[in-house]
Amino acid sequence: MALDRFFRRRRPQQQPGADVPELWTQCPQCKESIYNRDLLSNAYVCPKCGHHLRLGAAQRVDVLLDEGSFTPLSGKVRPVDALNFHDTEAYTDRLRRAQAKTGRPDAILTGSGTLLNLPVTLAVMDFAFSGGSMGSVVGEEISRAAEFAAEHGTPLLIVTASGGARMQESALSLMQMAKTTVALETLAEAGLPYVSILSDPTTGGVTASFATIADVIVAEPGALIGFAGPRVIQQTIRQHLPEGFQRAEFLLDHGMVDAVVDRREQRPYLANLLGLLTKYEASA
Amino acid sequence: MTGSPEALRELEARVRDLEATAERTGQNLDASISPLRQEVQRLREASGPLSRWERVQLARAPGRPTALDYVDRLCTGFTELHGDRRFGDDPALIGGPARWMGVPVMLLLQQKGRDTKTKIKRRFGSANPEGYRKAVRLMDLAEKFGLPVVALVDTQGAYPGLEAEERGQGWAIAESIRRMLSLRVPVVCAVIGEGGSGGALAVGVGNRVLIQENAWYSVISPEGAASIIWKDASKAPLAAEALKLTAPDLLDLGIVEEVIPEPTGGAHLNPEEAAAAVGEAVGRHLAELMAQSPQELKKGRAARFRALGAFTET
Repeated sequence: MALDRFFRRRRPQQQPGADVPELWTQCPQCKESIYNRDLLSNAYVCPKCGHHLRLGAAQRVDVLLDEGSFTPLSGKVRPVDALNFHDTEAYTDRLRRAQAKTGRPDAILTGSGTLLNLPVTLAVMDFAFSGGSMGSVVGEEISRAAEFAAEHGTPLLIVTASGGARMQESALSLMQMAKTTVALETLAEAGLPYVSILSDPTTGGVTASFATIADVIVAEPGALIGFAGPRVIQQTIRQHLPEGFQRAEFLLDHGMVDAVVDRREQRPYLANLLGLLTKYEASA
Repeated sequence: MTGSPEALRELEARVRDLEATAERTGQNLDASISPLRQEVQRLREASGPLSRWERVQLARAPGRPTALDYVDRLCTGFTELHGDRRFGDDPALIGGPARWMGVPVMLLLQQKGRDTKTKIKRRFGSANPEGYRKAVRLMDLAEKFGLPVVALVDTQGAYPGLEAEERGQGWAIAESIRRMLSLRVPVVCAVIGEGGSGGALAVGVGNRVLIQENAWYSVISPEGAASIIWKDASKAPLAAEALKLTAPDLLDLGIVEEVIPEPTGGAHLNPEEAAAAVGEAVGRHLAELMAQSPQELKKGRAARFRALGAFTET
């Protein structure tokens, strides 16, 4: 009876060919089915359990910036297979698949916009593209975003979501850790704030470079954040890892991040913080 | 497969002896030396180029000189300074002032250990956050006293431990990279064995980055890559090929400025000769950099790393 009503109510809203998963999302934590419209209006946080779902780069921009204010910066930098890397498949095939899946050249989206009327430069990593891994393109786009912010006198926000440096570009990926640091130093010399927002997951070479040299480090609730992955650590120490190890709240306890901020509170939190650091008076 | 490295080494030794005699006595011994040189060349070519995995084996060969083995041979007055002033002292990443072939420098050394006991104590050269924080402290001293920095890189990677994570391993590495980039003194880095990932780069941000002929440098160890790709660490030889992690590869990619030659068969077979080559190369780059202004040194290093990467633009 209840099931019958469920279907009858939903069916008229369906577009021809649309199927159930496009209307509902199951929370990976509490397994509750959430109506996508509710998820959208709740910044992709589960209304039942508060779990912060992983976001694509475009969704992240929508959640953070004022509606319609976003202007993409570059997006023209494309990856190349400098090493002719082959493992179980060619790197070029992996890239093509990730590009088709996400509709972007690589695991990064950068642009400018406003956050409660405050002009900002934003870089967002896309975990859906090859696990948000950092290769030459991610390094270059992050660097350009930092330099753009320095040139235009805006604060920089970087939202991280990454398994670390990209294996398929080997030492070239590794060097992006230093390269992004160079560009962020340009921003620092201009006296402009850089805030990183660490989302689930942020590990490896991203944690060991631009993510953690921000002026202020914000983490999302429950996000896994660390240098070595939990599996590698487990193999090294051969002990059970404690509950909550490498989670945002654990890092706050250990003095590694400035705040754990609920995604629904991030806009006012960041606007206030950046306003204070830049002595900006909101014109609203 | 690799011919007879012993025969080749013997021949090379004879060539060196004859060259030394000629030098000492002023005699012209070319007639005797030339055929031997040709034979050396022939044997080298017959043994064929080493595979990438063979080079990784050489980088890890028992008896390969460690950072302190080079310091013992090349430096005087090395004064090890301990501790990060916050938590502890890390025996995997050590350092202090010394004279490098006479030139006062600040040494940063990734030290693996020479026997089982010291290898364990030094965690095989895998540093904890304290190591990187001590490195930053020593860089501060180098800057203050105008000492060039010489870093010898030799690690499979930063230590992946529970406590390392609690104390901010990623944060410590990032800070070390940032500090090294900001230095206004010359920085010469040499990868002398293994250059594993961010743990190596943390002290690898030089105006010049050199690598020994049989050392490797990569975003991940071959074993690490193999366990991710094939879920099987024993596929490391395949991963080594894919990662293009050898000295000649890195020279091609523009990651390093120079490959430092090693004695035939690897540095472990003739540590004296290996040390002489490392000493000469590092000394030469130091001398060049010491002619630059503090501003040029900082800007040049930043520009070097800002330019690294491979991409196209539409």
